[in-house]
Amino acid sequence: MSKFPDLARAALLGVMIAATPVDAGEFGLGRAATSDEIAAWNLDVSPDGRGLPAGAGSVLDGEELFADACAACHGDFAEGVGNWPKLAGGQGTLDQERPQKTVGSYWPYLSTVWDYINRSMPYGDAQTLTPDEVYALVAYILYSNDLVDEEFVLTRENLPGVEMPNRDGFIVDDRAQVEYPGLSQAPCMDDCKEPVAITKHVVVRALNP
Amino acid sequence: MTKPPKPNSPSRRQFLAGAAAVGAGTVTPNPSRAGAGDPLITEVQDWARALGDGVVTTPYGLPEPAEFDVVRRNISNLSNTTTSSPSFTPFHALEGTITPQGCAFERHHSGAIELSKPDYRLMINGLVDTPLVFSYGDLERFPRETRVHFCECAGNGAMEWRGPRFNGVQYTHGMMHNMEYTGVPLRLLLQEAGIDPSAKWIYVEGADASSNGRSIPLDKALGDVLVAFKANGEALRREHGYPVRLVVPGWEGNLWVKWLRRVEVRDSPVEAREETSKYSDLLGDGRARKWSWAMDAKSMITAPSPQMPVGHGTGPMVITGLAWSGRGAISKVDVSLDGGRNWQQARLAGGCDSKALTRFYLDIRWDGQEMLLQSRATDETGYVQPSKDALRALRGESSFYHNNGIQTWWVQASGEVENVEVS
Repeated sequence: MSKFPDLARAALLGVMIAATPVDAGEFGLGRAATSDEIAAWNLDVSPDGRGLPAGAGSVLDGEELFADACAACHGDFAEGVGNWPKLAGGQGTLDQERPQKTVGSYWPYLSTVWDYINRSMPYGDAQTLTPDEVYALVAYILYSNDLVDEEFVLTRENLPGVEMPNRDGFIVDDRAQVEYPGLSQAPCMDDCKEPVAITKHVVVRALNP
Repeated sequence: MTKPPKPNSPSRRQFLAGAAAVGAGTVTPNPSRAGAGDPLITEVQDWARALGDGVVTTPYGLPEPAEFDVVRRNISNLSNTTTSSPSFTPFHALEGTITPQGCAFERHHSGAIELSKPDYRLMINGLVDTPLVFSYGDLERFPRETRVHFCECAGNGAMEWRGPRFNGVQYTHGMMHNMEYTGVPLRLLLQEAGIDPSAKWIYVEGADASSNGRSIPLDKALGDVLVAFKANGEALRREHGYPVRLVVPGWEGNLWVKWLRRVEVRDSPVEAREETSKYSDLLGDGRARKWSWAMDAKSMITAPSPQMPVGHGTGPMVITGLAWSGRGAISKVDVSLDGGRNWQQARLAGGCDSKALTRFYLDIRWDGQEMLLQSRATDETGYVQPSKDALRALRGESSFYHNNGIQTWWVQASGEVENVEVS
């Protein structure tokens, strides 16, 4: 059972506590969230920096921490180990035959890196890093992508101003304009093309790979 | 390539010989034949004499042992770990439209977590009059809806973008399922908290370590989105988000946040990891398309298919499959036997709901020659499922997600079936 019997009891009584009328609600269900509860869960960070806590971290601190907490999967230089995600490199490859989508080549906003590391990394030990540690790791990933020098210190104040190389590389879904008109024609039913030949065979033949 | 086989009736002698060889199953017309007969019929079998199992021998029933191979499977070298990986629904061996929970595709980003109903909390915060916390019990007291919808990973078929890679519909199309969901319209929960006029987006996240947060426009959130706690009549399974998941009809599966713990009402998207670095569609010129939420019309022939070869020789054959669209109901499915040169309209039977799987059939008489089977879905907007070549022409060779291109199965004279592409 819960380590906090008082809280557990409060939870059991939740419905009664919620009897406090909630003006907006038609049903009067649920209870008002407390400020501590919102602070505990409302962790997301926006591109403009909203949601970032106070703190700072340097490339050098990040390098050390990265080696301990991240390099097993992402490599010492954020180059990736095996199939684990590469975080560095790949710039200039997005229109190539084998594009490499890394933080440096693909991610449009630095806030996303901070937010994801803060809430979901290290893999299997999430939400254990301090804000300063997250700033340091993000600083090191920037450094690994040749985007800052080794003296760089990332802070709440300067993070929103860091421009990622691919920040203008995204367009909002335009299938309705670009694809749907051409793909919404009455389909051909008979003699639609010349007799066909097989052009590509399956790569992995095993039925249960 | 081969022409489509014409309906041709096999000779009566072939028919009877075939029936005898496989030990019957086919009812032969009168008159009856003299002679011994099938011992399964002429001799009393054990199961017709002795007693079978009592009730609750299996308190929660499992499939027959003989069906042991109708299971979801993963591809071991696709991911580094099974805790961040998909598994695939065995569509080749399923019928109808509802996917049983026990073999329905999974996708975890930090593993499937155990979260009990008593420990469950759902927070609504952000641009609302009163931030609220709901218990599981609270959700059960809101008016609820029951609807069938498909949940398809944006990456379903992504590994096939450049060409045929895996030899089975389970792997080419199995990152989806279709269930009857019961839940509370998200709209009611948001209205309970009171939506600020400046709100334009919501951000949803799960309770697991990945949190898997996604931003969704408020219009969609106030539309057909459900906060679901039941699927196919029973509780969700852990791997599908027990006790509560989000159902975002017609939109990519990554938005269907499992173990849903928080809905934040916002004036802007978060631009989280799953909606920028992942689940965005690289185009040929190096730009990427983001917020491509809707799943376009698509179909698959489930049998025959590589895992479901033709075992019965010439004659009557059922070609069947599934079609769906994230933008409405399926209005038509065409099937080609000759690689897309000529098409026949299939019979729609079952499903046919908006943003749900629709079963189709084409009943033919197979002449034993090779076929290049394709299916092509048209939805109620008039959108027609494109060829893979058409998609690559639109988005380049290196795109990945949202591959709804037409699949080709090469049915060989031997009955074996292979995943191919054709000219």
